[in-house]
Amino acid sequence: MENHPWIPSLTRDQVEKILRVIGVGDVSELFNDIPASIKLTREQWDKLEIGFGKPISEIEAKKILHGKLSKNTTLKTPPFMGGGFYPHYVPPLVKYIISRGEFLTAYTPYQAEISQGLMQAIFEYQSLMAELLEMDVVNASMYDWGSAAAEAVLMSLRVNKGRTKVILPANMNPYHRKVVESYTWPHGVKIVNAPFNRETGGVDVEELKKLVDEETAGVYLQYPNFFGVVEADAKAIGEVAHEKGALFITGVYPIALGLLKSPGELGADIAVGEGQPLGLGLNYGGPYLGIFATRFDMNLVRQMPGRIIGLAESHRGERGFAMILQTREQHIRREKATSNICTNEALMAIAAAVYLSMLGKNGLVKLAEINYYRAHYAWAKMRQAGLTVDLFKWDFFNEFPVSFNKQGVKYSFIHEKLLERGIHGGLYIGDQYPELGETALFAFTEMHFKEDIDLLVESLTEITRRG
Amino acid sequence: MRTYRQANWSEPLIFELGSPGRLGITLPELEDEVKKVVGGVKIPESIKRSKPLSLPELSEVEVTRHFTNLTQMAYGVDNGPVPLGSCTMKFNPRIAWDLSFNSGVDQLHPLQDERTVQGLLEVMYELQKWLANIVGMDACTLHPAAGAHGELTGVLVIRKYHELKGQLDKKKEIVIPDSAHGTNPASAAMAGFKVIEVPSGSDGNVDFEALKSVVGESTAGLMITNPNTLGLFEERILEIADLLHKYDALLYYDGANLNGIMGYARPGDMGFDIAHINIHKTFSSPHGGGGPGSGPICVKNRLVDREKGIYLSDLLPGYIVVYDEEKGIYRLKGPGSHSIGLLKSFFANTIPLLWAYVYIAIMGPQGLRKVTEHCVLITNYFAKLMNGVRGYDIPYGKGRFRKHEVVLSAKPMADEVGVTAEDVAKGLLDAGFYAPTIYFPLIVKEALMTEFTETETPENIERYVERLKEISKIAYENPSKPKEWPLNTSVGRLDIVKANHPKYVAPTWRVYVKRLKGELK
Repeated sequence: MENHPWIPSLTRDQVEKILRVIGVGDVSELFNDIPASIKLTREQWDKLEIGFGKPISEIEAKKILHGKLSKNTTLKTPPFMGGGFYPHYVPPLVKYIISRGEFLTAYTPYQAEISQGLMQAIFEYQSLMAELLEMDVVNASMYDWGSAAAEAVLMSLRVNKGRTKVILPANMNPYHRKVVESYTWPHGVKIVNAPFNRETGGVDVEELKKLVDEETAGVYLQYPNFFGVVEADAKAIGEVAHEKGALFITGVYPIALGLLKSPGELGADIAVGEGQPLGLGLNYGGPYLGIFATRFDMNLVRQMPGRIIGLAESHRGERGFAMILQTREQHIRREKATSNICTNEALMAIAAAVYLSMLGKNGLVKLAEINYYRAHYAWAKMRQAGLTVDLFKWDFFNEFPVSFNKQGVKYSFIHEKLLERGIHGGLYIGDQYPELGETALFAFTEMHFKEDIDLLVESLTEITRRG
Repeated sequence: MRTYRQANWSEPLIFELGSPGRLGITLPELEDEVKKVVGGVKIPESIKRSKPLSLPELSEVEVTRHFTNLTQMAYGVDNGPVPLGSCTMKFNPRIAWDLSFNSGVDQLHPLQDERTVQGLLEVMYELQKWLANIVGMDACTLHPAAGAHGELTGVLVIRKYHELKGQLDKKKEIVIPDSAHGTNPASAAMAGFKVIEVPSGSDGNVDFEALKSVVGESTAGLMITNPNTLGLFEERILEIADLLHKYDALLYYDGANLNGIMGYARPGDMGFDIAHINIHKTFSSPHGGGGPGSGPICVKNRLVDREKGIYLSDLLPGYIVVYDEEKGIYRLKGPGSHSIGLLKSFFANTIPLLWAYVYIAIMGPQGLRKVTEHCVLITNYFAKLMNGVRGYDIPYGKGRFRKHEVVLSAKPMADEVGVTAEDVAKGLLDAGFYAPTIYFPLIVKEALMTEFTETETPENIERYVERLKEISKIAYENPSKPKEWPLNTSVGRLDIVKANHPKYVAPTWRVYVKRLKGELK
């Protein structure tokens, strides 16, 4: 390799000059402190399966990657699948802003004065999210909803020091629950399951009351819950938690807040959620955006994980932005930090800020309505077609379970037949909730038009009749 | 010296822009039939929103201009050198941006049937293999979302290892050098371990005698980066590994500094059992102003339980891509019964990983070795040019070559004329350079931890050195002047104390407004 566009010092002249200045004859001398028994020779290294065995051009890389990715299946419509992450629209403006090099290629703004635009954008994300959630303090982001929920549970244990019990409802996202379990496992936390009411689909307040006690550090509630149900008793659940001094933690789907009461209005102490629906794309697992917020109570704020950008003033009296409350963080407090998080999802937070700025006060409500109406249209059409969609009594937002127990077919069969038609159906939940049998969650967004929904319902009708 | 002037748009906050009734996006009207069938919103009043949202209202024009102006008051590798130590701020090639951002992967749901994402899984399977080969390990999971997330994963694997061996009751400590990244002790604490710090010797290596005195039956593991944060290779790494393994403690490799040895040495060959990789450092995915990152974890095939046939790789969390030879398809293997579970909801930060795939493919093994050679050449070139410059010092490991980074100290200048590392940093900003990581590692006073990476041109290194010399000259002639810096950035030096003061602190616009209105409790 004689030169490379990404290594400017890789020319014969430059290498000679540098070697001369530092006073060595050959670059290999700079690696003499590596013990010989573990030092790789060029030949050994070059033989390893790394890339395609030799450097290639970007034209070849493009051809190879396009060739491989073309093996992904092209679907007729976006998948009718949610589970906390949804096929929402991504406006080109969002992608454009986060692709601008000044943001894209910046580091965490350790040098504030030269990073004011970046910091303002993150501050605006925090501030827009604060308005949406009606919570005062929002951090610059966590990895995703699951890890944000886990950090919220850990925070409740720090705030309520000495208490060891945390209550998680059985109708929360089971993937998020797994993350909470992994994070809390080393700390001897007792995780107690709160059952959901089989009739309403929501957490059963009376049952919950029996579980919350003076040992309880936090009570988690997801709304809409994993089944898409809106949790009509959310406020009462918060009161049950507060009566015993436990923190009330809510997990939210931000677009649903166009139609639902905010965590702040419901009395939440900590609000977490997923920013993916706000212009991020599905991204096959990430990057996503863990939302984390709390009330302006210094006992809570001091225990918050993650980075926070705050308003500041320069010595010349200009308005500016700075990283604040850093004494909570790992680079200062090391093992006493509130979390180990360093790199977060800042660029995704900016994407969400751009998207929320585009939607604004009325756009978000309108978007939430489109989601609600499309899902309820699908629900009505499926019901008309004789499918079992009324598993729960309470209303839902944009996702609901469909049971195929009555038809006596396995959901895997239906999934297979839908896929043959180029349609990706819902998320099978019979494995996680055996009591619900052959049941799948179907989700609908602004990306599923009436004709897409009609196609799904017609297909389901045909498949179940023949099945 | 070129003159630098950063834009200053005095850009209002988004809340100070717009006008009632404006909308920044077109949304589809609901179909008449849909409206008719549904009838209306039937959400119970107890949970239905009753008041309007208090979000700003802007046209798309305003949103575009606002954020464009904000970008002009930011600084990334696309603008100039960002020599933040241990951050490996290398160039982020646009071909990788194109192939990761525009590949259609943004439309793939993580719970989608694996048969519909075979192309992507094949790519991720290859990447797992490439990364394992680069670090000399046997198995990798791409699951963790960042370096610190990978560390937490790795330490939880250590915990699980001891639990499965029935020795967790005595394995309570993780040993960490005093030069380590702050995330190491924080991760160990999150995994429920007690942190034992060991000092560095004057040669910059871990003090081996001190290490021997703290490692014992209660040691669960050691977290270490190599090259360390001083940019120095831990020369006694093989003895360290033997010492730890003698007590059945595991060796964890913090991969933040992998750029300094790639192609020359592999953690797996040094005796490490677990390693994390920073995709957003070594493999060029952009840092995005603080993330997304990606922090895969790779492990050796160390036996955990012979009878039950459990290996270290069985403890890994998340989803791992495997190839099902019988069916000829790639599968996503979820956490098994010995796994530590999930550390995030789904698979991995796929977009940065695709970026890394493109980077590694284009570089090939030969290119990656050149990357390391040139980041080391550039570091030593810089260190040599800085040698003997008044006011600066390069402590630890005198006479040793550095790898990926070098830590300068402005202590002489601070002691003699009161000009600190922070002042030096602000002086660099004024010349249009980003500053090094300052006040880290903690063992160096007035530290300027500098990592240029192979991205930097020798011309820029020379300009950087000229500026550091100029700063020194000004500091000794007129020591009050550096306190006024920066002058050429969009704002002047910020009052951090005030920003944190309980009577001022404003983490959001909401808090700021509440305080103005006297509504803050």
